[in-house]
Amino acid sequence: MKVFPWLSVVTFVPLAGAAVVLVLPKGRDALYRWVALVASVATFVIALGMLGAYDAQARGFQLLERATWVESLNFRYVLGVDGISLFLVLLTAFLMPLAILASWKVDRGVRYFMVAMLVLETAMVGSFLALDLLLFFFFFEALLFPMYLIIGGWGGERRVYAALKFFLFTMAGSAFLFVAILFLYFRADPHTFDLVELQGLALPAVTARWLFLAFFVAFAVKVPLFPLHTWLPDAHTEAPTAGSVILAAVLLKIGVYGLLRFNLSLFPEASAYFRTFVMVLAVIGIVYGAILALAQRDVKRLVAYSSVSHLGFCVLGTFAFTTEAMTGGVIQMVNHGLSTGALFLLVGMLYERTHTRDLDQLGGLGTVTPALAGFLLVVSLSSLALPGLNGFVGEFLVLIGTFPVHRALTVVATVAIVLTALYLLWAFQRIMHGPLRAEQVRHPDLSIREYAILVPIVAAIVFVGLFPKPLLDRIEPSVEDAARTVQDAGPAPALGLEVP
Amino acid sequence: MPIQAPSLDLIPVLPEIILAAVALALLVGGAVLRREDPRLGGVVSLLAVAGAAWASITLWDREGEAEVLGGMVATDRYAVFFRLLILAATATTVGLAHHYFQRTPEDHRGEFYPLLLLAASGMTLLVSAANLLMVFLALEVLSLSLYILTGFSPRRPASQEGSMKYFLLGAFSSAFLLYGIAMAYGATGTTSISGIGRALAGRTEAPALALVAMGLLAVGLGFKVAAVPFHQWTPDVYQGAPTPVTAFMSAGTKVAGFAALLRVFMVALHPLQWEWRPFLWGLAAITMVVGSVLAIAQSDVKRMLAYSSIAHAGFILVGVTAASQAGISAAMFYLVAYVAMILGAFGVVLVVSGRGEERTGLPAYAGLAERSPALAGLLALFLLSLAGIPPTAGFIAKVSVFSAAIQAGYWPLALIAVLSSVVAAYFYIRVIVLMYMEQPEESAGLLTSPAAGIALAPAALATLVLGVFPSLLFTVLETASVLRL
Repeated sequence: MKVFPWLSVVTFVPLAGAAVVLVLPKGRDALYRWVALVASVATFVIALGMLGAYDAQARGFQLLERATWVESLNFRYVLGVDGISLFLVLLTAFLMPLAILASWKVDRGVRYFMVAMLVLETAMVGSFLALDLLLFFFFFEALLFPMYLIIGGWGGERRVYAALKFFLFTMAGSAFLFVAILFLYFRADPHTFDLVELQGLALPAVTARWLFLAFFVAFAVKVPLFPLHTWLPDAHTEAPTAGSVILAAVLLKIGVYGLLRFNLSLFPEASAYFRTFVMVLAVIGIVYGAILALAQRDVKRLVAYSSVSHLGFCVLGTFAFTTEAMTGGVIQMVNHGLSTGALFLLVGMLYERTHTRDLDQLGGLGTVTPALAGFLLVVSLSSLALPGLNGFVGEFLVLIGTFPVHRALTVVATVAIVLTALYLLWAFQRIMHGPLRAEQVRHPDLSIREYAILVPIVAAIVFVGLFPKPLLDRIEPSVEDAARTVQDAGPAPALGLEVP
Repeated sequence: MPIQAPSLDLIPVLPEIILAAVALALLVGGAVLRREDPRLGGVVSLLAVAGAAWASITLWDREGEAEVLGGMVATDRYAVFFRLLILAATATTVGLAHHYFQRTPEDHRGEFYPLLLLAASGMTLLVSAANLLMVFLALEVLSLSLYILTGFSPRRPASQEGSMKYFLLGAFSSAFLLYGIAMAYGATGTTSISGIGRALAGRTEAPALALVAMGLLAVGLGFKVAAVPFHQWTPDVYQGAPTPVTAFMSAGTKVAGFAALLRVFMVALHPLQWEWRPFLWGLAAITMVVGSVLAIAQSDVKRMLAYSSIAHAGFILVGVTAASQAGISAAMFYLVAYVAMILGAFGVVLVVSGRGEERTGLPAYAGLAERSPALAGLLALFLLSLAGIPPTAGFIAKVSVFSAAIQAGYWPLALIAVLSSVVAAYFYIRVIVLMYMEQPEESAGLLTSPAAGIALAPAALATLVLGVFPSLLFTVLETASVLRL
């Protein structure tokens, strides 16, 4: 029986949308927007179909699609989904229409903006679904350029610098990944890039560790892990709202996803070897990001640093190697996508009104734009992990799962939660409370379009917070398998940092 | 003893005969009729190229001896494949030249198209040369034509200067090559490529003369493909030559040079591979690094692309260094991708540079996306492919040469290659930044022409299609990359 190719369709519908936008007649900006919106909504609907077709009871990869790409070199086209990638794809497809709606007021080069967004969506979804290393790399590299264009073409004042920095950091990271992938290909007999086949590959411990590091650098730049995070604040600050949303909500996840999907499963022994090292980097990122966020005057920069901090939790959970922590890490990825995505959307709306992101220039807006203030509060609370909202589920699971593994690090990471509350609420206070500045008395509150953006995302935030079971049910089995692979490789503490 | 006359079956060199005959006819015809119509020359040249391509295609399934005409010409699919690639580049060049002469009719003289066809015939002869003497002969035919073509825009001193430099250094390198051939003859008693291979295969240790020959041949051919440190002429010549000629040179010479280099090293010098592999390893590494790093400092796009073409010679050398069937086929894939993207890039540069080729500096590209979205889009595509970013042919090309290197155990070389491509990405991206993110200095539209569009479309198509469906070409390469000697 021929099954419906859900994965290929969900990957390439945005690209088809981009092609349509590209061939439309000149000067029809409104039309480009609508076509892009329809394409991205269609992608989301298909992603929901994929969710329906996904069997929560089964293990391993599902809805597999295999085809030969280059016969003679054994390049293959392999797509598959498991509990880990399922929700990341869903998140991508969910946020893209909202990001496009948020860019409704982009008025320069609308056509190219929409094309870049849709191509980006294809590349991101493809990265999550590719189970062939070369195909993954193909999508992984392909997403660089549209993102670069979005930052550099429609960003703020220092956009060119930020875009170039983003591009070069990521490109340099992926150089190592590329060589490592080719190295693995030739180690396998017969030569293959197929992830599942490569998992069984026996590698000498030292080789595996070097390869682990090569993969790690590429993904750590994307996450970004301390000390490779310096491109992120610039990119986030200079990117247009939609760019920031997609960058924070999806692109960074590809880093964590890569660690989880490739590093752990291809090099379980090396992962165990570097476990403490990575956890320490993650915790440094959590605390350092939070402290830096505290010191920012630019709201967008503040949210950017909060991303560094939150992504630290994802990596911490992933490298704790316990099912709870890793499940928490995956949930945290989804949550961070929702709440930080929403934060960037709100900051964008704020900026459209006040034309400043400087916390010292803002204040008292709660009385002028009460609805905006309400949404900002809910989203901030979600981001600082208030129980009942989504952020709590992820961070709680990560910390619970990490505690038995490494108490000291867990304690330090927990302290950062307090800092998170501090910087987010303080920022909220400085924006919404206090004296209102004279020039900001007459701002309109949310428009219907803005409600249409924010209501779905807040609904998702509340839904995941109150009823995370459907997610957990699907994530856990996949994560268990991943956890078992590394646990079987044996705990090999490195650097002597383990606390008894 | 009866003298056996060499068989006079000229079918295997029919493509070259067609090209040369039409070139001579055009020359004489132009002189007799005293008419120098650039359109006529272009059309006749295109017909000649089409005829040569047809003649090449009929050679694809040719049975029989591997070497004909007294062992001078090889009849393998390898030769046919490269002939077709060169002819495609020539056809594109004719389109670009047509645009050039429409814009600057006073630069046209009747010798242009004949010289172009002669250069092309030299190139196609070079890729099918089975004897080192034929290699030399073909190389001279193509070089002499190109020296003149480089100086073809009389009003720009840079053009004359480039022509002179190219001639002096080219003559110098020809001497190296010839000396290498003499040494090879001294070592083995033959100049036949396969004969040298057979003669060397029997020896347990390499004779010193053969090693000297190896070095000299590498220098001579390294000059033609612009490998560092034999690259000095490239930036000046590429910048000085009229842009259609630059495009033709950068694509055609490199293809022909590499085709000969592969044949010489993989067949004649194959028994010495453990001697030349480390040598080419170093040559590849330094070429990639120097090409990529120096390109950053350029403010003229033609110079930048010249350094980029040097870096690409390094990437292709990575495939040669692997010295395997995979390496040959990777290098061949790379050459196809390279021809498409470099012709495309120079084609856009040609259109942007305007009358008198004055606007080749980086500022001319500021805001190009607003002035001409189509040109900016095309150039972005070619630059992305040169940078090796998917889904373009350049990406697959890099994957295949790097994997050939890693397969041969040269992973440090692959790492150097990947890092150089990161450096290189910087300057390609810088142009894209200019085109899409800066405001244009002038808002005047650009003079485009259907000829340029028709010439660029296949290049763009190849760049995209080979990036997404590379198997189309790899299937052909399975038989085309076999050196039948």
